[in-house]
Amino acid sequence: MGQLLIFIQQQDGIVSRVSLEALKGAQELAALLDHSLAGIVFGLETLPDELADIRLDEVLLVPAPELTVYSPEYYVAAMDEILSTESPALLIAGHTYQARDWLPRLARRRERPLISDCVGYHHNGELFWVRQIFQGKISTDVTTTPGLVIVSFQSGAFRSDDLGSGSPSVRTLDIDLSQVPSRVYPGERFQDAKSIVDLDRAERIVAVGRGIGEEENLALARELADTLEAGLGSSRPIIDYGWLPHDHQVGSSGQTVSPKLYLGVGLSGAIQHQVGMKNSNCIVAINKDPNAPIFEIADYGIVADLLEIVPRLTTVLKERQEK
Amino acid sequence: MKISVIVRQVPHQESVLKISKDETWIDEENLVFITNESDSYALEEGLLLKESQGGEVVVCTLGPERAGQVLKDALAKGADRAIFLRDDSFDRLDSQGMARAFAAALKDEQFDLILLGLQTDDIGNAQLGPILAEELDLPHATLVVGTEMLGRRVKVKQEQEGGWFQHIEMDLPALLTIQSGINKPRYASLRGIMAMKKKEIRDLTAADLGLNTSDLTPDQVLVRLYVPPKIKDTAFLEGAPDEIVAQLVEKLTNEAKVL
Ligand SMILES: Cc1cc2nc3c(=O)[nH]c(=O)nc-3n(C[C@H](O)[C@H](O)[C@H](O)COP(=O)(O)OP(=O)(O)OC[C@H]3O[C@@H](n4cnc5c(N)ncnc54)[C@H](O)[C@@H]3O)c2cc1C
Ligand SMILES: Nc1ncnc2c1ncn2[C@@H]1O[C@H](COP(=O)(O)O)[C@@H](O)[C@H]1O
Repeated sequence: MGQLLIFIQQQDGIVSRVSLEALKGAQELAALLDHSLAGIVFGLETLPDELADIRLDEVLLVPAPELTVYSPEYYVAAMDEILSTESPALLIAGHTYQARDWLPRLARRRERPLISDCVGYHHNGELFWVRQIFQGKISTDVTTTPGLVIVSFQSGAFRSDDLGSGSPSVRTLDIDLSQVPSRVYPGERFQDAKSIVDLDRAERIVAVGRGIGEEENLALARELADTLEAGLGSSRPIIDYGWLPHDHQVGSSGQTVSPKLYLGVGLSGAIQHQVGMKNSNCIVAINKDPNAPIFEIADYGIVADLLEIVPRLTTVLKERQEK
Repeated sequence: MKISVIVRQVPHQESVLKISKDETWIDEENLVFITNESDSYALEEGLLLKESQGGEVVVCTLGPERAGQVLKDALAKGADRAIFLRDDSFDRLDSQGMARAFAAALKDEQFDLILLGLQTDDIGNAQLGPILAEELDLPHATLVVGTEMLGRRVKVKQEQEGGWFQHIEMDLPALLTIQSGINKPRYASLRGIMAMKKKEIRDLTAADLGLNTSDLTPDQVLVRLYVPPKIKDTAFLEGAPDEIVAQLVEKLTNEAKVL
């Protein structure tokens, strides 16, 4: 029986949801491969409550003071040492922004592959890791050379609502990082001025993407939003272009919304956008590309030029209201 | 300040993608290729830093012949010279293989800052930056949405999840991966395009870089590409635009009851 490791990210003692989802994937893989499963927590002296009674064989706590605040150099050094003593078959983590920052560097130090942003796996004697490429338009199966594989699972790849019950034993690892040279000086975390547009509360949202084409065309979406008494949301490029202020952005680096109606216009539905809106009740997508990933999660799909549809929709809705 | 910017050529976002017969890549015929989105922002950040601090911007890419275009575009925007890693054996490199190639090309040049995009729009590994930093033994920061020079340090603003940010300082030399939206990428001027023609593009092969077969053998391979399986039964509304709109209003009123 071999071993799997799952890295569980925490901030101020609160475990990241994406880590718990990845933990579900790790539990499945441990069962499939008949391996034991150990969680790893950095920067804490005691076990977070959320991990006290779930199905894990053990939890390795690494309380080194250098790990209290995230810094890639210390994280890489600590995990490098763990991998030298534990020799697991897999190191699994959630694909968080932090994971994106330090796992590639760790992979290089171990000279082993990192399969990043996986949505799943399949197994027929050999393991195949499933990734999405071309912003979700194509899937691919990835294989690796034999040896340690580091895998990060995408947000939503597994559901964390049933992590089983157990009572993991706790092992504290004394890792001395005082000799690790640090050239990175993290400052305080902060939020920019609170947003004025509170999309969170909107019952309906019209969201525009790059397919709107030109800044002038935003007026079409705005008019539709006004007619529907909806909030105006957008994908990231619209914000990057400076066409709308940041508080309109929906997605992993913007707002998370779950309105009754989400009408996506000319946006492709990249994963970073989907995580911000996929829990909407009713999703409508207008996109000229029938293979756009947004149709994966849409209730109603319209494959057409938005310039043909949006103004007509506004007109019909206005007429209806006048009646 | 000596700055290197590493940019990749990818298919345009609106490309209609067809999986190739052997299912290991896409058919590249008839595709339009552009500079990867976050890489354009990385280049602009490099050019802005050069303008405020003085120095030089060296743009690099690794890819087939067509990828030379992203170097020309960068030179036309104001990069000073270019390095093109080009070799048939680079065809299916993984991120660590690419990092070995870039490291070999850059290590003797003493760059103060190396800038990359944070993720490619095609394979989307989001790995090359931190791997290259490790390869070159440099400090790094990812997801950078702001930079400020403080003498021999750089202070960056890093984007985090859910609207949070963090300031991070690093000693130079350092490597940053740039997030889109950090600046407004410029267009090439006519003068820039004329000037580009006189600028150096240096080709380097695996042999020039001293890379051997084991350096180039990937540890991860895309064995098969396929169309993602459908998980939701989307109701597609069809017909002329007026018919589609009528159907949609009807469905939203009577079926989804959201109007
Ligand atoms: C770390 C990270 C964080 C990110 N955070 C976010 C985030 O919070 N929110 C976010 O949205 N993105 C985010 N992104 C970016 C994300 O990956 C995508 O690049 C982005 O969502 C794409 O925006 P889009 O759909 O508007 O553009 P595209 O992907 O370019 O899609 C445009 C769509 O419009 C369609 N179209 C074009 N013309 C027409 C027309 N006339 N009629 C109808 N349809 C048309 C096209 O078919 C295409 O599908 C993030 C990326 C990273 C790496
Ligand atoms: N073949 C390449 N040539 C030049 N730059 C690349 C190449 N592949 C990746 N990059 C750079 O590395 C960044 C991250 O890419 P990736 O790790 O592949 O998602 C990109 O945004 C580019 O800046």
